Amino acid sequence: MTREELRTMAMKEQEQKAAFRCRLLVCYSSPCLSSGAEAVYKALLAAVHERNLDVEVDVTRTGCVGPCSRGPLVTVRRPGCEDVIYQHVTPEFVVRILEAHLVENRPLTENVLPGDVPFFAKQLKVVLANSASIDPESLESYVSMGGFTALSKVLEEMTPEQVVEEIKKSGLRGRGGGGFPTGLKWDLVRKAQGEKKYIVANGDEGDPGAYMDRTTMESDPFLVLEGMAIAAYAVGADQGYFYVRAEYPLAAERLAKAIKKAEKAEILGNRIFGSSFNFRVDIRLGAGAFVCGEETGLLTSIMGRRGQPYPRPPFPANSGLWGSPTLINNVETFGNIAPIINRGGDWYASIGTEKSKGTKIFALAGEISNTGLIEVPMGITLREVVYEIGGGIPGGAGFKAAQTGGPSGGCIPADYLDTPIDYDNLASLGSIMGSGGLVIMNDRSCMVDVARFFMDFCRDESCGKCIPCRVGTSQMLGYLEKICNGSAVMEDLEKLRELAEMVQETSLCGLGFTSPNPTLSTLRYFRAEYEAHIRERRCPVGVCVMSEVPLRELVAELPRRIREGSKA
Amino acid sequence: MSVITVTINGIEGSAPAGATLLEACRQNGVELPTLCHLEGLTPIGACRLCLVQVEGARRLLPACVTEAQEGMIIQTHTEKLVKYRKMTLELLLSERNHICSVCVANGSCELRTLCAQLGVDHSRFEYRCPDLPPIDTSHERNGLDHNRCISCTRCIRACDQVEGAHTLDMEGRGIENRVIIDMHQTWGSSRTCTKCGKCVNVCPTGTLFWKGSTVAEMEKEVGFLQWIRGGREKKTWSYL
Repeated sequence: MTREELRTMAMKEQEQKAAFRCRLLVCYSSPCLSSGAEAVYKALLAAVHERNLDVEVDVTRTGCVGPCSRGPLVTVRRPGCEDVIYQHVTPEFVVRILEAHLVENRPLTENVLPGDVPFFAKQLKVVLANSASIDPESLESYVSMGGFTALSKVLEEMTPEQVVEEIKKSGLRGRGGGGFPTGLKWDLVRKAQGEKKYIVANGDEGDPGAYMDRTTMESDPFLVLEGMAIAAYAVGADQGYFYVRAEYPLAAERLAKAIKKAEKAEILGNRIFGSSFNFRVDIRLGAGAFVCGEETGLLTSIMGRRGQPYPRPPFPANSGLWGSPTLINNVETFGNIAPIINRGGDWYASIGTEKSKGTKIFALAGEISNTGLIEVPMGITLREVVYEIGGGIPGGAGFKAAQTGGPSGGCIPADYLDTPIDYDNLASLGSIMGSGGLVIMNDRSCMVDVARFFMDFCRDESCGKCIPCRVGTSQMLGYLEKICNGSAVMEDLEKLRELAEMVQETSLCGLGFTSPNPTLSTLRYFRAEYEAHIRERRCPVGVCVMSEVPLRELVAELPRRIREGSKA
Repeated sequence: MSVITVTINGIEGSAPAGATLLEACRQNGVELPTLCHLEGLTPIGACRLCLVQVEGARRLLPACVTEAQEGMIIQTHTEKLVKYRKMTLELLLSERNHICSVCVANGSCELRTLCAQLGVDHSRFEYRCPDLPPIDTSHERNGLDHNRCISCTRCIRACDQVEGAHTLDMEGRGIENRVIIDMHQTWGSSRTCTKCGKCVNVCPTGTLFWKGSTVAEMEKEVGFLQWIRGGREKKTWSYL
């Protein structure tokens, strides 16, 4: 394919789509599919066919629209009109939508999602810009929205150094959680000595409640592939691996199709856009271990070994896959690359805060009215996210805490609702940006129970290589369980804190040294709750069942239990 | 061979270029506790006992896998480091069932020696007392007792890297991990085991033992590792 052919393909697709009288876009990402989007799509196709509207009406399966709890979502797009988004669409209702828009020419008023709600107005979409409009499985669809122009521009007009400079200028930081400057990482790999270099996309998203990467892969697989190809050109790699967890079958399937289509169109493979640049991508499926999302664990997994991290340095930038320099970035990071190349690093750097540039995708979950996927500029306050985009806490309950970064992150209490969200602010609050899970908790959540839940997750997911993480998480979970069931004494709290600090400082990899974060942050902001559990043996919100007593009191407790047992 | 200068606990010392921090410390008379490390096996930095503080580094670094650099300033026995080492040992003691009085390796156990050196005589943490698979004595010479295992993987590495049999491996993850034989079968039924006994000799505790030895009778010999490795590197044994 040449640049000219790319342009022709885009124009042809745009003309084709513009010719339709009406376009019906059915959201076809996992959340909507799980609430019945497939039946809606089939009913819609049948209804269109029945009414002989095939030439006038286009039915497209698209990527994620955002308000996932309101799915299945159907968008009606007509030239010269504003988009109308319908929520909770059923197969029967979608036929009514079709009739109303095409026969009666009057949009329905039921189930309409107002387009000017803060949910949409407050967002700024860069990575997910095309997600709600394109068919993720169609190369033409992606190209029609300006796809692969960045790659062709890079190959024809820019040197690898210039590409790295542009990424550096943008201020983009790794979206996997750590926040390492992406441009700097690319520069390290570019300068590293090695005949063979590799690109790895980390799509092993494992945080409970987070699905940003899954959606990015499902909704716009070509965008991520384009980002990878640009990275490969910049650092001098010719082989890429896309590491997707096997629990994301749809993402893996769409990526596999995307790779095949791109290879067929000669956008991936040998002599891309007529240049001397070659790049192949292979998919590797992860078997579901959380620790394989850690970069060194992921690399050992790709190499077919037991998925366990190894100590850094040497960093993967110098010695990664099979000892070769390897660039490993998160899926969302790669999603930012094409927009940066197309619109310039300066444009990207104009979004966000001083040290955190651009936008970030968050998965809003928990006790909040609008759960779903949002992309917001860095520096937005938690209050805006919770009360404007999220629509507040349902059921008249109050906001208690927001948990960012999954099991590696911490809980942010209501006092810090006005803190701008960026890497450094979250870190100073004892949490992390993480990959972007944002779980909102109302005042009926017990923070000790929350800490216990995340510790249980970390204990289960610890690979077992280093002692602090393997045994420490298990011990910490034991103390948290004791606090939750009423058998803890104050010394246990002290031991818990001591262990948390030790595990944080001495563990081998990110899983270990961030695993105490939920415990430490809840201890920091909700210590009174811990003390109520221990000193007063009561759970302030009534979540924990205090069925046990501390060991020291067991002697006094036993006769009572025996009496009660004999009565029963 | 070029030499670099490092400052260990305020005293300047030298080490050959390319040496690890652990080697640099030991060559300068500073002893660091280790469990997963063994001269002759690939270091993995897993036990976290040899963690040291390097000036300018954000985190504590495992001395066994960190290369010494010119001018490094290292602290090896700060109050915090000593506390963490003790806690690590306490965690190990609480993990499985370490009952020295009935252990074959009583007297030759590296875990117990380290505990004695660092003054750890019990664990403040709850003993987990896990229910582990039964002792495997199906092998004609060796026995495997999961109660004493500290998951250092020295046996696995010796079997794979020195003997080349890869009979031993690890199953499960986290606290549920266990050393297994071949495809999780009894040791006696293994067809890959060469009965060389290297695994038994490198085991720091009483997990792997010679059959027939009773309490405190196990003696282990690890010097052979360097001898074999050295012989291979220098091509001492050549049939050509």
